[in-house]
Amino acid sequence: MKHTISVLMENEFGVLSRISGLFSGRGFNIQSLSVAPTLDPSISRMTIVTSGDEQILEQINKQLNKLIDTIKVIDYTSEGQPFVERELALIKVNAEDNTRAEVMRIVDIFRGKVIDVTPKSYTLEMMGTPEKVNAIVEILRPIGIKELVRTGPVVLGRGAKGWKSA
Amino acid sequence: MTGSQILLECFKQEGVDTVFGYPGGTVINIYDDLMKSEDIQHILPRHEQAAVHAADGYARATGKVGVAIATSGPGATNTITGIGTAYMDSIPMVVITGQVPTPLIGNDAFQEADIVGITRPITKHNYLVKDVKDLARILKQAFYIARTGRPGPVVVDLPKDVQIAETDFEYPEKVELRGYKPTYSGNVRQVAKAAKMIMQARKPVIYVGGGATLSDADKELLKLAEMIQAPVTTTLMAMAAFPQTHPLALGMLGMHGTYYANMAVTNSDLLISLGARFDDRVTGKIATFAPDAKIIHVDIDPTSIKKNVRVDLPIVGDLKDVMKKLVKELGENKSELKKLSKELAPWREEIDGWKKSHPLTYKQSKSEIKPQFVIEKLRELSDDDAIVTTEVGQHQMWTAQFFKFLQPRTFLSSGGLGTMGYGLPAALGAQAAFPKRQVIDISGDGSFQMNSQELATLVQYRLPVKIVILNNNFLGMVRQWQQLFFDKRYSQTCLELPIDFKKLAEAYGATGFSVSKPGEVEETIKKAFATDGPVIMEFKVSREENVMPMVPAGAGLNEMVLAS
Ligand SMILES: Cc1cc2nc3c(=O)[nH]c(=O)nc-3n(C[C@H](O)[C@H](O)[C@H](O)COP(=O)(O)OP(=O)(O)OC[C@H]3O[C@@H](n4cnc5c(N)ncnc54)[C@H](O)[C@@H]3O)c2cc1C
Ligand SMILES: Cc1ncc(C[n+]2csc(CCOP(=O)(O)OP(=O)(O)O)c2C)c(N)n1
Ligand SMILES: [Mg+2]
Repeated sequence: MKHTISVLMENEFGVLSRISGLFSGRGFNIQSLSVAPTLDPSISRMTIVTSGDEQILEQINKQLNKLIDTIKVIDYTSEGQPFVERELALIKVNAEDNTRAEVMRIVDIFRGKVIDVTPKSYTLEMMGTPEKVNAIVEILRPIGIKELVRTGPVVLGRGAKGWKSA
Repeated sequence: MTGSQILLECFKQEGVDTVFGYPGGTVINIYDDLMKSEDIQHILPRHEQAAVHAADGYARATGKVGVAIATSGPGATNTITGIGTAYMDSIPMVVITGQVPTPLIGNDAFQEADIVGITRPITKHNYLVKDVKDLARILKQAFYIARTGRPGPVVVDLPKDVQIAETDFEYPEKVELRGYKPTYSGNVRQVAKAAKMIMQARKPVIYVGGGATLSDADKELLKLAEMIQAPVTTTLMAMAAFPQTHPLALGMLGMHGTYYANMAVTNSDLLISLGARFDDRVTGKIATFAPDAKIIHVDIDPTSIKKNVRVDLPIVGDLKDVMKKLVKELGENKSELKKLSKELAPWREEIDGWKKSHPLTYKQSKSEIKPQFVIEKLRELSDDDAIVTTEVGQHQMWTAQFFKFLQPRTFLSSGGLGTMGYGLPAALGAQAAFPKRQVIDISGDGSFQMNSQELATLVQYRLPVKIVILNNNFLGMVRQWQQLFFDKRYSQTCLELPIDFKKLAEAYGATGFSVSKPGEVEETIKKAFATDGPVIMEFKVSREENVMPMVPAGAGLNEMVLAS
């Protein structure tokens, strides 16, 4: 099952390799990982999407917690905590005479944006849940995607509380 | 103070009296300051791997943090096996490596190796110190992390320019690590549940692991076992945590465990796991491991719990703390306890039956020395508090089976990594910690040659380690597998070249004995113990003796092969 986990870590040199080394060394699956400093620059926040059976997920959570640099681990999926989720994708898609209008229509429907234009292509900015990004990618695929980059999702718990009080 | 002076000052503050290390370009400043230091004894093994194993042996024998130093590049990479060994067995240790000056890091500079990167998966934590102002704090944290919670090795990589740079020295009083707060205190409600489960059990087995040694909980363990009169089986890492001559002792369980320990576990209705991690050498096939038992698992590290087996009652905490609470809880009701002890009588009888039908044994011989016989004689002739180290192989398993350990921290062996070459330097470290006690390295002819250069260190520092080589001219453990599972195809396991170990000892200025008759065993051991300084006793043993009984790989504990 897919799990989305936030890890708050000391913003120290090498923390990213501690995480990636943990996942590769123990054979845990990692679907996406995004990382950046938080409001408090001494803490960085990672959002990891991973999958596995219940026992593996329990190990992933415990192993993440075990790292000395880990301050907090929040597994939104197993805690059943409601959360909001967004991912950003940039998509360079074929846009020649016969498809330009079609692409524009799709962008409008998905509330995306065109952020770069050439006679042969549009580059789109698409933000939303990973499912929504998947959907636009599938629709654009037959038209011809030249290049695609996705950030992987970032998430926050719903409600008024921040992670420190959660 | 300079960085290197701060390092030595921190050692002092941490109560470090002995360090094991090897000099080189990037630690030359540290060595210069060490020369002026009177508080710290430095021992120079002949290989950085041995320095780390020696620090490990020192740590296992004393319970203190072991300290090793190595230079950058090859010195640092030579420490890897030692660090990995300590990591797998949860041994508290701080390893200081020199590093090229910070401006050169990343340039493929002379003798540069990314040791923080290389050791990341085999350390509890590691640091690269970039600023001398951070040094005291980092060292404080390093020692704290190494010895607290589930112990483990910590590497501190110290660039040369940081050693030379100066700053004011202030040793922090407290460690502030917001991400690291090991749980020591066991949850009392869980403990109460455990007590209830124990009172209801009719076939309980206490399964003890290295955590009992690491938390020095041997007294509590003895109390608990006697209180409920339940049998105690120990992993390789815990053989010395419970007196092996005790009537409740079942010896080791697992692949080369006793028949009766494995049968007891298989038939138990409650497995009380204390500081053990359900290693695959212990469980055999998981599906048939203690199939009818409820499992209580006490461990300080949550990742150990439910990693390999299902658990009915997890208790996270320090074993000593949990056992104290458990003993107290159980002790409240004396009459119930008495009843329990009576209820368990049939179970103890069943186990006694297995003990009688399948005792731990071997065929004695008049013409050949049996390795098991040497080990029995060693126990008989050594002090109760003698410290025994081993290498890895058949001799290691025979030691676990036949050397009846009596006191905690007297058995030092590489279990998790299974490192040949561990025993001799570990004995060196233990002897450095306890110059007056008997220290014995029980070795194989193969393993001995992996760190035999340490004979020099023993002689130089007058460390009177007694080395026993059970020479079968084989990489015996592997040969045994080839015999049993590969139709006796002894591929590359015969050590053809006969080595004159007596002469080898003498070449280093140590004493050597070499014997091949059973009648000479006792006398040789006595002579060796009476000899000042390090001694090699070579026993030419029965060559194709096998370690029995055994659970073949992939089989269950109830499918033991009893003899070959
Ligand atoms: C050739 C060979 C054959 C082997 N055959 C066998 C065999 O037949 N039987 C056998 O038993 N072993 C055998 N071993 C050893 C085996 O590989 C493992 O090393 C061993 O079984 C692990 O022991 P353990 O479970 O006690 O764990 P350890 O590695 O000692 O782990 C200790 C556990 O205690 C916990 N702990 C640490 N501190 C505390 C504390 N303060 N409070 C509570 N918990 C704590 C840790 O978190 C950890 O989970 C063999 C090894 C070799 C090399
Ligand atoms: C460094 C290392 N290399 C290889 C092995 C694999 N191995 C395990 S036991 C063994 C044989 C050990 O031979 P010896 O020291 O003579 O002991 P014996 O089994 O003969 O008693 C080997 C090669 C190991 N455990 N460690
Ligand atoms: Mg051998």
